[in-house]
Amino acid sequence: MPNRAVVALKVLVHAACLAPVAWLLYHLAISQLGPDPTATVTFFTGRGTLRLLVLSLAVTPVRKLTPKLAWLIRFRRMLGLYAFFYACLHLMTYLWLYANFDVATMVDDITRRRYIMVGFAAWLLLFPLALTSTKWSIRKLGGKRWQILHRLAYLAAICGVVHYWWIVKPGVHTPFTITAVLALLLAARPALDYVSSRRRRPAMREA
Amino acid sequence: MLIRKPDPIPSSEITPKSAYLNRRQFMATAAAAAAGAGVLGERLLHPSATAQAAATKLNTVKSPLSTTGETLTPYNDVTTYNNFYEFGTGKGDPSKNAWRLHTRPWTVSVDGLVKKPKTFDIDTLLKMRPMEERVYRHRCVEAWSMVIPWAGYSLSEFINQCEPLSSAKYVQFLSLDDPKQEPWINEVSLTWPYSEGLRMDEAMHPLTLLTFGLYGEVLPNQDGAPIRLVIPWKYGFKSVKSIVKVRFVDKQPHTAWNDAAPNEYGFYSNVNPNVDHPRWSQKTERRIGEPIWKQRRTTLMFNGYGDEVAKLYTGMDLRKNF
Repeated sequence: MPNRAVVALKVLVHAACLAPVAWLLYHLAISQLGPDPTATVTFFTGRGTLRLLVLSLAVTPVRKLTPKLAWLIRFRRMLGLYAFFYACLHLMTYLWLYANFDVATMVDDITRRRYIMVGFAAWLLLFPLALTSTKWSIRKLGGKRWQILHRLAYLAAICGVVHYWWIVKPGVHTPFTITAVLALLLAARPALDYVSSRRRRPAMREA
Repeated sequence: MLIRKPDPIPSSEITPKSAYLNRRQFMATAAAAAAGAGVLGERLLHPSATAQAAATKLNTVKSPLSTTGETLTPYNDVTTYNNFYEFGTGKGDPSKNAWRLHTRPWTVSVDGLVKKPKTFDIDTLLKMRPMEERVYRHRCVEAWSMVIPWAGYSLSEFINQCEPLSSAKYVQFLSLDDPKQEPWINEVSLTWPYSEGLRMDEAMHPLTLLTFGLYGEVLPNQDGAPIRLVIPWKYGFKSVKSIVKVRFVDKQPHTAWNDAAPNEYGFYSNVNPNVDHPRWSQKTERRIGEPIWKQRRTTLMFNGYGDEVAKLYTGMDLRKNF
């Protein structure tokens, strides 16, 4: 893909990631977030985080399907950082609209409520990934170590999905889709590695 | 030249509001149905029961048992933000799907420990006692709340007509269980029909309301038409909707949410800020229809009805009997 096309596409991705936030803020300002605006904002930011996280995790396996899609890698950091941005908005929603910045409430929640525990764990896992998302960090850490660290994104996504299941009432299956997609991605990694190792072997023999 | 002023339109020519609202609703539903052709026939055969019902006014009298000093939750929120899993699990689903419910003919059958089983027609029940307007706070177990002007009369008035035997210790209420009208029943894993129950003294408490309407009109389908309970000091799921059967029993009846998760939803389910739901806090709630920064408020013991109902539970450990 030509460089100019990638740049244009990046602008589009920025717009696609920021437009929902603009929509949310606008509707917040005019009080049009439905009967339960707190719940709307909570769900909106939480769902956004999970979707972006899963999308960023999808980049590598999709890219591996064919060399023609190699340029996709240039969007991974961006999607990951937007996932973290949404996670921060989600956390802010909790701190403000649920805990009202009351430390006792936060401590109570984080020690006693498993869905908050696992949700907060997901945010904590994403935090160092956001901090080490620069090229400088990759050089400093070394590619291999950086890669291992950034596999935590999978763990964060699992925590996020568990967080979702733990807050819905029994009988509600809304987290099913995102769970299935994540499961597919988790299975895709070893499956693609296996296929590519099979492909490589005959090539090695020729050499 | 004389220009004749047109005659004023006689009032008999003016379409009543309810009629044109009906037509609009009908056309809207028909248009929506046309998009999904599968249901078109069904909708045209049963033109929007919701709209017809919504136009029916109820004559209510004031009640000393009505809650004062609260701002009412807007009608639009009360009728579009519902938990009614027979019509879908999303809050907006029931208002979209409950048009499938046919509220006529409708009967409520009474059996179990009674002098003799009886069946009451809904129109008889509507006329049995004067309809009172009761404003109640409504607290959902999911930590949101509303203030709703219900219309109905004390359940005790109805129970007296049922002539329960002295051996009756509990009352069980069953909702309509008809996958034809409520297709979501097949998708949601709850024990159907939706079952709820009260101890006899709770059922006889004057605050326990047999409810037929809200905001001075008969209940919209999504709010549990044509007949439901409202127990203002308990979490909302106790206030069973679209009742078809009432059974007087001597043992604590099984209840739908208790079946689904006994550690999360107790039989009593009194509103209690001191007993957390296992997964979330019940100390505070979000008032529906308020601006986002004003939604959060403190939850009151027995939802603020402690003066009236606390005596029902003296000597009981409300942590154990949550």
